[in-house]
Amino acid sequence: MISEAFTEWLPKVGNFSLTLLIVTFYGLLVGAAIERIIAKVQGRIGIPYSQPFINIAKTFFKRTAVSHGIMFYLGPVFRIAGGIGTLAFIPVIYGSEMFSNFSMAGDLFLVIYFMFFGQLGMALGAGESGHPYSAIGIARGLSQMTAYEVPFALAVISIVIQYDTLSITEIVAAQQGGWQNWTVITNWVATLAAMLAFLGMTGYSPFDIFLAPQEIPIGPPTEFHSAYLSFLQLNRALFGATKLVLFMNLFFGGATGWPELMIKTFLIYMVAIVVGVAFPRFRVDQGIRFFFKIPTLIGIMSIVYVQMVLTS
Amino acid sequence: MSKQQNKEVALKNDGLSEEEKLYFSDARPRPYEPYSIKAVEDFANWARANSLWILAFGTGCCSIELRPLMTARFDISRFGVAGRPTPRQSSLFIIGGYVSVKTLKRIIRSYEQMQGPKFIIALGSCPANGGMYFDSYNTINQFDLYLPVDMYITGCMPRPEALLSSILELQEDIKAGNCDGANRYVNNLDWYKTNQKKVIKNWDMPDYNW
Amino acid sequence: MANELMNTMLNRLKTDFSVSDISERKPALTTLKVARENAERLIRELRDREGFTHLSFITCIDYIEDGIFTLVYMLHNHDRNDTLGVEVDISRDNAEMTSIHTLWAQAWTYQRELREMFGINFPGSPRLEEDFCLEGWDDIPPMRREFDTKKYSSEQFGHREGRHSEQPREHMKVTLYPTRGGDE
Repeated sequence: MISEAFTEWLPKVGNFSLTLLIVTFYGLLVGAAIERIIAKVQGRIGIPYSQPFINIAKTFFKRTAVSHGIMFYLGPVFRIAGGIGTLAFIPVIYGSEMFSNFSMAGDLFLVIYFMFFGQLGMALGAGESGHPYSAIGIARGLSQMTAYEVPFALAVISIVIQYDTLSITEIVAAQQGGWQNWTVITNWVATLAAMLAFLGMTGYSPFDIFLAPQEIPIGPPTEFHSAYLSFLQLNRALFGATKLVLFMNLFFGGATGWPELMIKTFLIYMVAIVVGVAFPRFRVDQGIRFFFKIPTLIGIMSIVYVQMVLTS
Repeated sequence: MSKQQNKEVALKNDGLSEEEKLYFSDARPRPYEPYSIKAVEDFANWARANSLWILAFGTGCCSIELRPLMTARFDISRFGVAGRPTPRQSSLFIIGGYVSVKTLKRIIRSYEQMQGPKFIIALGSCPANGGMYFDSYNTINQFDLYLPVDMYITGCMPRPEALLSSILELQEDIKAGNCDGANRYVNNLDWYKTNQKKVIKNWDMPDYNW
Repeated sequence: MANELMNTMLNRLKTDFSVSDISERKPALTTLKVARENAERLIRELRDREGFTHLSFITCIDYIEDGIFTLVYMLHNHDRNDTLGVEVDISRDNAEMTSIHTLWAQAWTYQRELREMFGINFPGSPRLEEDFCLEGWDDIPPMRREFDTKKYSSEQFGHREGRHSEQPREHMKVTLYPTRGGDE
């Protein structure tokens, strides 16, 4: 048993920590790059590339903190547990033993569960803080999340039926061999539904009302400060990058090397940004209504499409 | 006052009714020490200086100078400065313009909710010596009787370039380790509270707003 | 045309409400004085029959030498683009005036301000006892002319040592541009 632990699990955990570091670092850097691009579009110089790292260092080195109780810790803890948990089961680089993390059969549904997990923990922590704006923000955030999970789940069901497997590694394997095999070409309906859901997932305009400073002071993380906030900031980068990696694996053919991963995820993120800078914010009810109409319809059509066209 | 005495004497919270006292803490705040390893403290100061987050609370007319700073011409985001809407997450409070007694109560409330190393910039002549409203019955004349100030900017009102150069100077001060307004406030809490309670007559909040 | 309408109206008001001191300050601004007993009736008549449906503001002038407050109700007529200022004199001690918050809802804000700043009471006006601008004020109403605001400010808020004021004209003549010379 102990020798098993040393030869099997310890190297895996070590490799996973390395992946975690690389993905977090990459997430922070992508955030800074996007901010700089937006700043250049607005005619400014923009933040330095090291700014997200300095921000996290600054919040970590705050010398005082006020806790609101035991459950207050659950906000950042659950959030970062959700982020790390999601990444743990997604194979990052296809074909690489080192960067496949803990992927196994059936990990797709586990990943979808972990994506929801962080937000629920945030609800507990934000409610415990007692701040009314946190409560309003998290209620709005959770309602929006429920709404955009519907087209995403439908798209995932569609590609599960298409590839006949629940393991992300096998889904990526089925997409190898040229760009014609990517899901975006073979099952474009499901990709469309999932990309529309992705707009809601990033928490970026036009679905950013639950944490917009002009609407409600930051929303759920209103009371989080000092070390709590540094965990939330880390998770923001980590979870964002993880979602991009997941989308790349499911719909855009996966990556066989780090440069390919970085290029593909950056381009997927740019889709959300380009839509975001062009559109103003939706109200919560408008956002929910949007997700229940066209994207859900496209999601249902993708299942029909798969049944009729692809498996017949 | 030694730290031992600080821990034992709780705050009185006279302004609250008996039931309200149950909801608010009467613990006295304590000053924080710098890190014992100098390299860590220097790195922490460097991080704090390059990532100043302003509390988005415009207290008087000088805060209109903060708006051009965010635009393309003066671009303050390249210095790492960003605006935060909640005092829990911000580290720099810019007192822009005159401070009326009503606003002072809210400023004190917001300042005490800020965390850790926090800094105050007094923008304009009004917090420095009363400015244009030196003989008004409603505006204070000397702001640093009530809260500790790290940097004054004179002018009525100063141009955005003055504000930018003062932020750079504040960054140099923070990196040198000179900005300990938060510790000064906590160490001289009784003196500040006496001054504050002399002007704010309807003190219906706790003595220290945790 | 507007002048004729205005003149006929003023003549009627002179007989019905005994207004006095009608003075045309600007082409579209006229003021008149009315006694305290007739003031509310006059304002109601102006609002209902003469088309002065817009209350611009209510303000107060403190004539400490004559011992009166002069309340000014500024009414505006949108059809004729005319403004009429109705001035009412009330005594400075125990200053009281009938409230017009039943005619315009926004009047109670102005009346709250006058109560806080001058001490004029408007019986029946809502929320008169609440603090309006000054919280915890315990001195006399500050806009009264017997209130020494400089003295109050020095005692309450102190005076910063080293504060120095310049008179702009002298400063420019003597320090900035001494060679220019002469009074321009």
